Amino acid sequence: MTTSIVANPALKESVVKTATRNTKQRLTSRGATIASLVIAVLWTIPTIGLFLTSIRPETDTLRTGWWNILVNPTVTFENYGNVLFGRDSLLGPFINSIAISIPATVFPLVIASLAGYAFAWMKFKGRDVLFVLVFALQIVPIQMALVPLLSLFSRGITIGDTVIYEGLRGAGLFSQVWIAHTIFALPLAIFLLHNFISEIPADVIEAARVDGASHGQIFFRIVVPLSLPAIASFAIFQFLWVWNDLLIALIFATGQAAPITRALAELTGEFGQNAELLPAGAFISILIPLTVFLALQRYFVRGLLAGSTKG
Amino acid sequence: MKDLLTWIGTLPPLLQVPVIVGLFLAAAAGIILLIEVAPRPGRKFTILRLAACLVIPGLAFLLLGSVWWAVAVAVVLGGLFFLLDYRSREGRGYVFALFGFLAPAFALLLIGLVYPTFATLWNSLLSNRGVFIGLDNFAWVFSQPQNIVVIRNTIFWVLVVPVFSTAIGLAYAVFIDKSRGEKFFKVLVFMPMAISFVGASIIWRFVYDYRPADRDQIGVLNGIVTLFGGDPVNWLQQVPLNSFLLMVVLIWVQTGFAMVVLSAAIKGVPIEQVEAAQLDGTNAWQRFWNVTIPSIRPSLIVVLTTISIASLKVFDIVRTMGTAYPDTGIIANEMVTLLQKFEAGRSSAFAVILFLLVLPIVIFNARQIQKSREIR
Repeated sequence: MTTSIVANPALKESVVKTATRNTKQRLTSRGATIASLVIAVLWTIPTIGLFLTSIRPETDTLRTGWWNILVNPTVTFENYGNVLFGRDSLLGPFINSIAISIPATVFPLVIASLAGYAFAWMKFKGRDVLFVLVFALQIVPIQMALVPLLSLFSRGITIGDTVIYEGLRGAGLFSQVWIAHTIFALPLAIFLLHNFISEIPADVIEAARVDGASHGQIFFRIVVPLSLPAIASFAIFQFLWVWNDLLIALIFATGQAAPITRALAELTGEFGQNAELLPAGAFISILIPLTVFLALQRYFVRGLLAGSTKG
Repeated sequence: MKDLLTWIGTLPPLLQVPVIVGLFLAAAAGIILLIEVAPRPGRKFTILRLAACLVIPGLAFLLLGSVWWAVAVAVVLGGLFFLLDYRSREGRGYVFALFGFLAPAFALLLIGLVYPTFATLWNSLLSNRGVFIGLDNFAWVFSQPQNIVVIRNTIFWVLVVPVFSTAIGLAYAVFIDKSRGEKFFKVLVFMPMAISFVGASIIWRFVYDYRPADRDQIGVLNGIVTLFGGDPVNWLQQVPLNSFLLMVVLIWVQTGFAMVVLSAAIKGVPIEQVEAAQLDGTNAWQRFWNVTIPSIRPSLIVVLTTISIASLKVFDIVRTMGTAYPDTGIIANEMVTLLQKFEAGRSSAFAVILFLLVLPIVIFNARQIQKSREIR
């Protein structure tokens, strides 16, 4: 066996080549191709259906299925006009979503990278235990924290009659939502950023220290620039998460502060009344995360593979 | 603080973003500057540290709206902290810097996660009026027939969704691996990940839509049924089918996640092993079971457990699609519904049950992630 291969290396190469070709053919065989096409179609049809529904005239939508647009192509952007500028406009909630998402992405990132640096590059007693505790906080479902946090925001902290903290009642539209999102993002953000920051070569940090840089400088001049990829992928993740969130919006973003997810969820409650707003409204709400996602997919996937999933 | 936030709240929403982000970044820059400057040796900086230790806690409590004696206590504690830092072994200013890095995160975590978790545990033992009633809330949960349905549904969600999403995601990842247009095919299935559960539910509402038989159907599913001469079905009214139809929405969303993670894992399978198996004359199916699956096992488990956790916690789908439909409730949604009915005690009981259900899966999941890191 050995001799034959040694004696005839060309043969081995050709065998391997045909074998590789065979696998390629097998794995992309006709059955597999059909199966993957079917899955791809099944996964896209619902979204396409919603999009086509959103650009059909209202009367058509109520009478016939969206696939009739292929036979009878009547396209209108009236629905989008109604959603944005009509009587029950979703423009306000849409803007609220932007106003909630951007600060709620920036806050946890800054706070978590500060903490991540300390956990990675500063020595102190009980560091590992504390880090494990922070990591373990990820197991607490947001649901566990909702009720007490809500009463903390509305009533503040009092011991007897003395006020330690007056609460946030009536303090701006979004402050509660920003703070809630920031808090719930922290355990995962600290964990991920710490993992990345701690992988910066120790030589780099040591060299800076020898040159007399203090922790503040090392953080700002070395760690932040080097961790930009990790910061970017967590930023995208957090932005999508906040934009798509309904739970925190339902509890903390009341009345005028409601983001688009909440406004849409409330529209579905009264299905039939404003049914014509739903397709266009849903599509507008999908548009921004989809753009962010498609443009920055690389970072998003990297974040997923690093374990950023949150519940 | 409150006044400031109230003032920001009066601005137009889009203007609030730069104002609050600007203020926040200024505060963060202030902290970093202090961390940078204060630990330097010399009398001037010692005084700076002392001033920071006294002023910052006092100011913080003033901004929170505390009474005077609380502010005073904070200032005294700040002074003690200064002494602690002054005598610290790592050199003056080290503990000061450390505190600057960690304090914001720890303050928020303690207030927003640690305290609320214990408070919820306690609340679940109280009635709605705040009277201690022991485990009555839990007894209520497990004694009501409608709650049994909720728990049963939740269990189905945890079992069905991860298995189907992972299986479909894995099959798709294998089928399109190294094929032409792989990236494009990936995006098609991955796209739902970017869509909110609310958006996804609205999308699927239109798929399941039902009209009486004498009218044209506008939902795809009934459109297909009638195309083949069947009678249209009011899908979301069929118990227990409706629960599974809601699970389809989550499967639709999570398959992309499974596909991306597993596809990366498949690409990491050592090519030598695959080639060796080929030389041994195995077919594609055997190679898949005996080479690919064992080497992507850690990723498979991570995907399965991660999706299980997601299916335990997801509540948006049931809320947006199914509140009007019979027997579709799950724990995560019931918890919010009770909260909105001001039944804090029972709501907390459901939250605790959810926590206990999630706990073992999360621990297992974290261990697997750790293990797969070690292998890498």
